[in-house]
Amino acid sequence: MAFEDQRTTIYKVDPAHPESETLPTLRTEELLLNMGPQHPSTHGVLKVILELEGERLVKSTPVLGFLHRGVEKLAEDGTYHQFIPHTDRLDYVCAMYNNFAYCRAVEKLINLQVPERADYLRTIVAEVQRIIGHQFWLGTQALDIGAMTVFFYCFRDREILLDWFDELCGARLTTSWYRIGGVERDLTPSLIQKLKQFLDYFPPKIDEYIVFLEKNRIWLARTKGVAVISAEDAVSFGLSGPTLRGSGVDYDLRKYEPYAAYPKCEFSVPVGKNGDTYDRYWIRVMELYESVKIIRQCLEQMPEGPVMADVPSVTLPPKERVFTNLESMIQQFKLFSQGFNAPPGEIYCGTEAHKGELGFYIVSTGGGKPYRLKIRAPSFIHMGAFDYMSRGYMIADAITLFGTYDIVMGECDR
Amino acid sequence: MHPLVRRIQETFAAEIAHSTEWRDDVAVTVTRDKLHDVAQFLHDDPGMDFDYIIHVSSVDWPDEEERFEVVWEFYSIRKRQRIRLKTRVPESDCVVDSLTDIWKGADFMEREVYDMMGIRFRNHPDLRRILMPDDYTEGYPLRKDFPLRGKGWRDTFDFLDEVPR
Repeated sequence: MAFEDQRTTIYKVDPAHPESETLPTLRTEELLLNMGPQHPSTHGVLKVILELEGERLVKSTPVLGFLHRGVEKLAEDGTYHQFIPHTDRLDYVCAMYNNFAYCRAVEKLINLQVPERADYLRTIVAEVQRIIGHQFWLGTQALDIGAMTVFFYCFRDREILLDWFDELCGARLTTSWYRIGGVERDLTPSLIQKLKQFLDYFPPKIDEYIVFLEKNRIWLARTKGVAVISAEDAVSFGLSGPTLRGSGVDYDLRKYEPYAAYPKCEFSVPVGKNGDTYDRYWIRVMELYESVKIIRQCLEQMPEGPVMADVPSVTLPPKERVFTNLESMIQQFKLFSQGFNAPPGEIYCGTEAHKGELGFYIVSTGGGKPYRLKIRAPSFIHMGAFDYMSRGYMIADAITLFGTYDIVMGECDR
Repeated sequence: MHPLVRRIQETFAAEIAHSTEWRDDVAVTVTRDKLHDVAQFLHDDPGMDFDYIIHVSSVDWPDEEERFEVVWEFYSIRKRQRIRLKTRVPESDCVVDSLTDIWKGADFMEREVYDMMGIRFRNHPDLRRILMPDDYTEGYPLRKDFPLRGKGWRDTFDFLDEVPR
């Protein structure tokens, strides 16, 4: 009944040719299609209700929250140190950057300076994580759109870096390597050598990825001119990272508000022109080259020194001392059971993760636990623009759109 | 006083409840009825030019008269400055103006605040729960009176004095 009223009248009877009235009428009502929550291309458990007119998207309503675990509520029940492993589970593909963003926010809250070597180590590992994130994105995006080979090539190279993480901190994905005040441990000579080997090995491989895609007519047809968003709209929606830079806005916190060792490195921020999926892809690939450049410079410039700030009331003692020295063990125990006293106040600290601006807004009333912790997750904010960006495109372009945001539901639903 | 705050105070003298500057973060608290005007000014004024919305958040202070604090954070991409705008609402009348007509991205962020804290946004185009299920009736999870460790059917269990043999 309702469909009768909503029936679109594309195939009207032409008054000049009344005989067309006898033609069988086409059913042209709008179609509702549930996409997800179990769909291989939604990168997790995301459901989108698509309203279709033929194959065109009229409206799409994202239904979020299938992976909601109440991380912000959990934060209020733990000390600042205890929240670090929770941040791993936000964007579970790139845990290191979440650790980094969180530790930076807490350090801003308690006004803690990190030693210089720790700053360099943080930058190196964060950029390695950016490479992993972009490789993961490129592989899955190509797979979603239909280019399978790139997926295998990306994941082959990603595996090298995950093994490197394994050697660094004992975990491949949920790393928890950053600490408030520094990092958990220094790079060993073997790790540095392996990373240097990778830096020599990797740039030709990026060229390979590009060759696969730039000559692929299907890839070009499905990315060029798809999901276009203007710079003004992208800014108004609060998009960030490559999704914003694709529209020609060079907003990158590594340049705008430099942190860690980024101000000491020379690198450029690729910026797109058209704001389409292809530009966003191009930016991510170019960022792979830039990341390699940043890591190289950091390895050259990195000074010797401690990797953890020496503020016993806040920072954890070195692990070897915990097992041999009673005072250090007490310090470790007290820091994890009671936490440190943060001053009352509130801060916001944003960090440029590979998806966009990952920010933490922390309200403290003193004491060892945050009073309120809010996570500004880029994936969630990008989903806010989904309906706007999808309108008028084909149903298959919805898949391209999930991919172009580089969405991870652990971060989106928190 | 921070130049940004001074500039706002020149235009809206009476509406600024107070402002703080801590760890380089500038925060301005405004009265609820002037919130939309101040936000419009922040967006449109060429000296302000806050075109980028960072996040919308909320804080629950159960012991205070105006219980909830709603927090917006804006950034100006051209001027490279950021500001935090805050307002307080009492529990009996949990409504603030929506800023979706100024920043499009405020749509999902305000929905999340509504979902988690139960604050309603006037003139919001589509104010529904976003992370919790639509039919969730157990309240708003991020309020301080929502228990941290479980609620619901587990609380109805009877405690056994001793293990039955």
